[in-house]
This record gives sequence, structure tokens and C-alpha cells, in this order.
Amino acid sequence: MLKISNAEVIYNKVILVLKGLTMHVPEGKIVALLGANGAGKSTTLKAISGLLKSEDGEVTDGSIEFMGERISNLNPEEIVRKGIFQVMEGRRVFDDMTVEENIIVGGHTRKDKAGFKRDKDLVYDYFPRLRERRNQLSGYLSGGEQQMLAIGRALMARPKLMLLDEPSLGIAPLLVQEIFQLIKKINSEEKTTILLVEQNANVAFGISDHAYIMEGGRIVLSGTAEQMKANEDVKEFYLGLSEGADKKNYRELKQYRRRKRWL
Amino acid sequence: MDMTFLLQLLINGLVVGCIYSLVATGFVIIYKATSALNLAQGEFLMVGAYICLDLMTRHNIPFFQSFLITLAFSAVLGLIIERVILRPLIGSHLISVIMVTLGLSSILKALVQLAYGTDTIPFPEVFPPEPVQIGPIPVSQGYLYAIGCVTLLVTLLTLFFKYSKTGVAMRATASNQQVSLSMGISVKKMFALSWAISAIVSAVGGILLGTIRGGIDMSLSFMGLKVLPVVILGGLDSILGAIVGGVIIGVLENLSGGYVDPFVGGGAKEVAPYIALILILMFKPYGLFGKKKIERV
Repeated sequence: MLKISNAEVIYNKVILVLKGLTMHVPEGKIVALLGANGAGKSTTLKAISGLLKSEDGEVTDGSIEFMGERISNLNPEEIVRKGIFQVMEGRRVFDDMTVEENIIVGGHTRKDKAGFKRDKDLVYDYFPRLRERRNQLSGYLSGGEQQMLAIGRALMARPKLMLLDEPSLGIAPLLVQEIFQLIKKINSEEKTTILLVEQNANVAFGISDHAYIMEGGRIVLSGTAEQMKANEDVKEFYLGLSEGADKKNYRELKQYRRRKRWL
Repeated sequence: MDMTFLLQLLINGLVVGCIYSLVATGFVIIYKATSALNLAQGEFLMVGAYICLDLMTRHNIPFFQSFLITLAFSAVLGLIIERVILRPLIGSHLISVIMVTLGLSSILKALVQLAYGTDTIPFPEVFPPEPVQIGPIPVSQGYLYAIGCVTLLVTLLTLFFKYSKTGVAMRATASNQQVSLSMGISVKKMFALSWAISAIVSAVGGILLGTIRGGIDMSLSFMGLKVLPVVILGGLDSILGAIVGGVIIGVLENLSGGYVDPFVGGGAKEVAPYIALILILMFKPYGLFGKKKIERV
């Protein structure tokens, strides 16, 4: 469905952030993209959704194809109309507008009135807490509720591909579980393909079919969620598991970089 | 100093205040959407009044049609100005945008002077001249039409921003541009639309002012400055604030004109709004209805 080949992204004409990224998101699946801070995960999403432009970034090389069509460097509104919707990092609800108004804005590109109403109910069915608070200003919602609103708002656009940027960020662990279950449910019931950027590898592997690991603007490892969970390096660096973890000392810590097999 | 005098002043203030509200609303719409202060707001108003007058006197088009044509013209003017002058400035310093609107105001003023001269031109009689008796005081029909017109327009705008998809999208753009982009909203279109609406609203103000005063001249453009205390009193980003602020400033101006001017020999009417402005900034810097950021803890 989505194919990125050798994409290169440069900000402000000088800062090279993506250095030849290649990945593939198959239709109907959940794909996780993991990596440390500054690896270029958010940049990858913004390159797909076209939001790079508003930050002076540009795809300078390689290509991004969606359903066989080149979409690199299109305007974000065209990309939304093609069926790709990005839920930005940190929720970003319109805090001076009500929950309901936020949901209406999410469906901005929709033309069909009947479907619009039906989907509004659908969003409230997925997230009953939002229905209770539909007339409240969304700025007063809790972090978890705001994340639900951000995802619900995205559903309104009926995207074929939803890009989720760190939905677990700053949210209570219990709510994280709930939200990820809902993401899984949306994926299986609405047939929405999902590309999920996460730092929380554990929950991400829990719902995804396939995962990529990014470092320094490139993909360094990929595989099914099962393969990833079994990979020694992933265990060590992303899941925080290793044999004899309690016996760690500083000398061993120093070896971290050398021990990564993909470098 | 009898009751009738007070009531008369209040009604005058209300009418002028309504027009302030209208122009202030135009000001706020642009500020909210693009966070730029449009210092050419008064010139939009003036251009609207002159165009309407021109249509009526030179082309003999009846008032109502002229009115509608003027609104269409203003919308196009707003769109062109946004497209040609302001869009290339997106992303540049806010101060340059504001300076450009200042320049724009001079250009529009000069163009109007070039076309119509600097003399006061009488505005044709539009509403029947005989006043309506409300209680003890006679009120001219033009005043009533003006109040009605402003109320109608403001109601329409409120409904538009509250319930229409485009209106809600415009508010979303005002709230956060990048997120709006991610929703598939064309931010440029929303900017253009806010300039068009703002120009229309100002033109209505200009035409109403013309009919009430019975004549128009360059001084109409001062309305742009008069409106500054209004928007600051109401809160720069609140339409409700613009409306309430407009009426308050209008009434305040007329009351000080009626009661203070005789003692100080005139001028109090012009100064009062700015004294109010200073007091507001001292005690309520965000205005009556201005947005305070929602902070979650």
C-alpha cells in the first residue's frame, strides 16, 4: 500500500535527516516504526503526510508511493484527500474548541452528509468517554482522553492509512493499554492500515504485525513482531531485557554500541 | 440635563457602537486567523462607502442592489489583497506584515482621493427621513436600520463560525495552523476567506456610516483607529468581545461628548476611548473576553 524507497529528507536545505529510508506498509496491517529520539521517526511520518513543508523540510531523493501513486512533496490537503491521515505527536487537539467541534474538523474533507453523521456516532461508540464530554472544551480533557479525541478525529476522515505518532506519550499506563486495544480494534473493524511510531516497544509489538527499527535516518532492522521480540539486540536496547540484568555494571554498559549487530 | 438628552446620547452611542462592533469584528476575524493586525481596516470601510455611493449616484443603481454589488466588490478586494500582498509574506516577521497593512492603508486612501477628491460628498437619502417616536424621543429610521443590519450580520457570522464546516475549520486554523493542515484544511484558503469576510463586514459598516452621517469623506478611514480601543477592550481574539466592546466605546464616547465636552470646551468625545484604552491595558490586559491559554496541570 505504502512504499518508501531510498527517501532522503533535508530540512532548511542543509540538515539531512532521512538518509535513504526504505520501508513498506502492506494493506490492512499494523506496522510499527521504532527508534530512539532523533532517529527520524516523526520526520518519516511528516514526509508521508506532507507536513514537512510547513517545517521547511523537503523530500529531496527517493520516492514515496501510496497505492501505486507518487505522493512525495504533495500538499498535505491533497494527501489527506488521498486517504492518509496523520495523528500528530502530543495529541494537539484544538483546546479552545469543544470535543464535538474537534471531531467535525477531523471530517473537513468529507463530502457525504449521511456518512459524516454515521461516522460521528461511530467515533463516539469507539470512545464513549468522548460522548460524555462532547460539549466540553477539549483543552480540559485528560491526556488520555485527548489522545482518544485525536484518534477519533482522524477516523472522521475515513483514512485508508492512519499515521500515529507516539500515541502513548505522556499517558497513564492503564490508558495506554486501552488506547492500543482500540487501535487494534479500529484496524480490524474499519480495515484501516496503521503505521505506528512508538518509543514504547513493548506495547507496539503487542499489536503490530511488522516492525521496523530506525537509527540515524535509516532502517537498521525489520521483521515480524515475533522475530523482533526474539532478537537479542532488540531485547537489549528496546525492551530492556537481557540475561543477568541485575548484574550490569559500567564496564558492560560501555560495550553497548559495539554489541549492536546491525551497525 | 434631562432624561431625554441622556436617552438621545445613549441611542446615538448605541448606533455608532454597533458600527464599531462591526468593524471590530472584521479586525478580530483577521487577527484570529492570521495573527496579523490589519491597520487598513478603516480604509476597507471607506472604500466600501465610496463604491456604494458611486454606484448610486453615477450609475443610478438603487440602494439595495448597490449595497450587494459593494459587498461582492469588497469580497474580491479582500481576496486580491490577501493573494497579492499578504500571501507572499506568510512565514515572515509579524511586524513586517503589520507594516505592510499600514502601507496598504496609505495606498487605498490615496486611490480613493485620486478617484473622488477630498471634499465631503453627500450621501443620497436612503431611509425615510421622518423619525420614529420611541417613548419620549424621536429616533431616525436610519438608526433603526443600522442597528437591525448589524444585529443580523453579527448573528449570521456567529452561526457561521459555530455551525458551518468552513466556519469551524477557520477557527481550527486560528487555533493551530499545522494541525489544521494535517486535517486536510487548506490554510491559505482560510486566510483568503478571512480577509474577504473582514472586507465585507467593514464595507457594511462604511455604508451604514454614510447613510447615517449623510455624507462621506476621508475621515471615514479614522474608524480603523477608533476600533483599536474597541478590540483591545473586548479582547483581540474574541468576536463577542468586539461586539460588546464596540457598544461600550460608542456609548462612552457619546456620553463624554454630551456631558464632559461643555466643561472642557470640546474634544472629550475623541479622547475618551483612548483614555479607556489605557485603563483597560492597565487592569485587564487581555480585554474583557480575550483568550487566556488553557493550562493543563
